[in-house]
Amino acid sequence: MIRVLATTGRGTRGALASVGAVVRFAAAVLGHLFRPPFYMGEFARQLLAIGWQSLPVVGLTAIFTGGALALQIYAGGARFNAEAVVPSIVAIGITRELGPVMAGLMVAARVASSIAAEIGTMKVTEQIDALVTLSTDPMKYLAVPRVLAATLAVPALVAVGDALGILGGWLVGITRLGFDETVYLRNTADFLETWDILSGLIKGAVFGFLVALMGCWHGLCSAGGAQGVGRATKAAVVSAAVLILAANYLLTELFFRA
Amino acid sequence: MIELSGVHKAFGAKQVLRGIDLSVATGESLVVIGGSGSGKSVLLKCILGLVAPDAGRILLDGEDAGRAERDAFLARFGMLFQGGALFDSLTVWQNVSFRLLRGPGKLSRVAARDRAMEKLARVGLGSEVADLYPAQLSGGMQKRVGLARAIAAEPEIIFFDEPTTGLDPIMAGVINTLIRGIVTEMGATAVTITHDMTSVRAIADRVAMLHEGVIRWVGPAAGMDEADDPCLQQFIHGRAEGPIASVR
Ligand SMILES: Nc1ncnc2c1ncn2[C@@H]1O[C@H](COP(=O)(O)OP(=O)(O)OP(=O)(O)O)[C@@H](O)[C@H]1O
Ligand SMILES: [Mg+2]
Repeated sequence: MIRVLATTGRGTRGALASVGAVVRFAAAVLGHLFRPPFYMGEFARQLLAIGWQSLPVVGLTAIFTGGALALQIYAGGARFNAEAVVPSIVAIGITRELGPVMAGLMVAARVASSIAAEIGTMKVTEQIDALVTLSTDPMKYLAVPRVLAATLAVPALVAVGDALGILGGWLVGITRLGFDETVYLRNTADFLETWDILSGLIKGAVFGFLVALMGCWHGLCSAGGAQGVGRATKAAVVSAAVLILAANYLLTELFFRA
Repeated sequence: MIELSGVHKAFGAKQVLRGIDLSVATGESLVVIGGSGSGKSVLLKCILGLVAPDAGRILLDGEDAGRAERDAFLARFGMLFQGGALFDSLTVWQNVSFRLLRGPGKLSRVAARDRAMEKLARVGLGSEVADLYPAQLSGGMQKRVGLARAIAAEPEIIFFDEPTTGLDPIMAGVINTLIRGIVTEMGATAVTITHDMTSVRAIADRVAMLHEGVIRWVGPAAGMDEADDPCLQQFIHGRAEGPIASVR
């Protein structure tokens, strides 16, 4: 019994210590955002890699999600003769929840893993040490451009995802559910409020920050060769995904508390 | 002048450095020898602050290395890592001129590229490698690019971690001459780790032998053969029998 308690205690203390370390790391990244030198070239490269190259996967998931959502809401609405709510509920569901969450999770899969693998490999092959000896702060050169790029790119991806998600719902609505093309769109436009969209974009920025933060953190912490890099990559994706879903709940509470 | 006194470093339960006392004079070429895994690379990393020593003092020109302003401190150093440690997202010339392209006193891209070409030529690499990526080079070529990067900004103090391993004998000779030349012509201070006794004789003013976490022997390169330290003799003659265990 005592042994169990001791083990739990040690585990909790370890977990708390690493949470503290991650929070300190996040604060350090934020601090470096405003102090030179700034590596604009690196930032541009990351913007391209994180934002532009994630467009296809985010767009496709959004279209399919919007389509499936339309089918489900239609089926659910039919139970109390409320099929007409499909356009408005699809729009709200996509912009407030599914758009940012799906984009965040897809970026977590694509970007947290690649950041962690790249930085982790640099760590275990002494490239990070080499950076330091060449008077370049790895935080500024590696972490800041990635975190900033992801924080700015994911909201843009969410915006595209919103449009394509609604498009997916519209396509299913007019081809499978018998909606009129213009009526569906007018319903969507009349019902949607600015805050529905804006709240989703803010969520996107938070998710982007978390994804890049987890990628950089686990990458910089990795040790022990190829296996260590593999562990870091896995930990980055898992922690980014969990943090996205937790943050999504908290932000939803904050934004839309009844 | 670099002075180390009582430097200790352990990784977990493993004591690697157990009280290193060593000094390197300005403009001197010191070669550090010692068995594989004896802590030579860790020693260089301690001086650069990449590994924090557990105890002891490291002074650079009388100033505590740990408290010095980091950028100014590191700007005085060049380091060739044992594994090369080239940035694999950058081309060869961008690797070599990494420091020249950034920070105070940075050069234009054209000037930096010219300087990179000049340094590559000094390590025996032609301009055709400049736009390749490190992964496209052989191990020995990567090592030489790392060497070119270490000397690119013409630092006062240069650390070479096994500069000639993986090179053919002719290229090893070129690199030995290069290191010797940097010390005698440019007045740089060099600390070189090597297992190659030919290199030791070509490069060293003084030799230090690291064994069981301490500096076991230190003296002029010329005095190495006459020294009566059995560990040193076993090492320089590469005998399997002797005080140094062959299983480590
Ligand atoms: N980051 C680290 N974590 C744990 N142990 C380490 C670390 N770095 C070095 N060591 C240990 O320190 C010891 C000395 O390592 P070091 O790399 O300095 O050896 P070396 O003398 O350079 O050997 P070689 O000639 O083979 O390069 C080794 O036993 C190694 O296991
Ligand atoms: Mg070594």
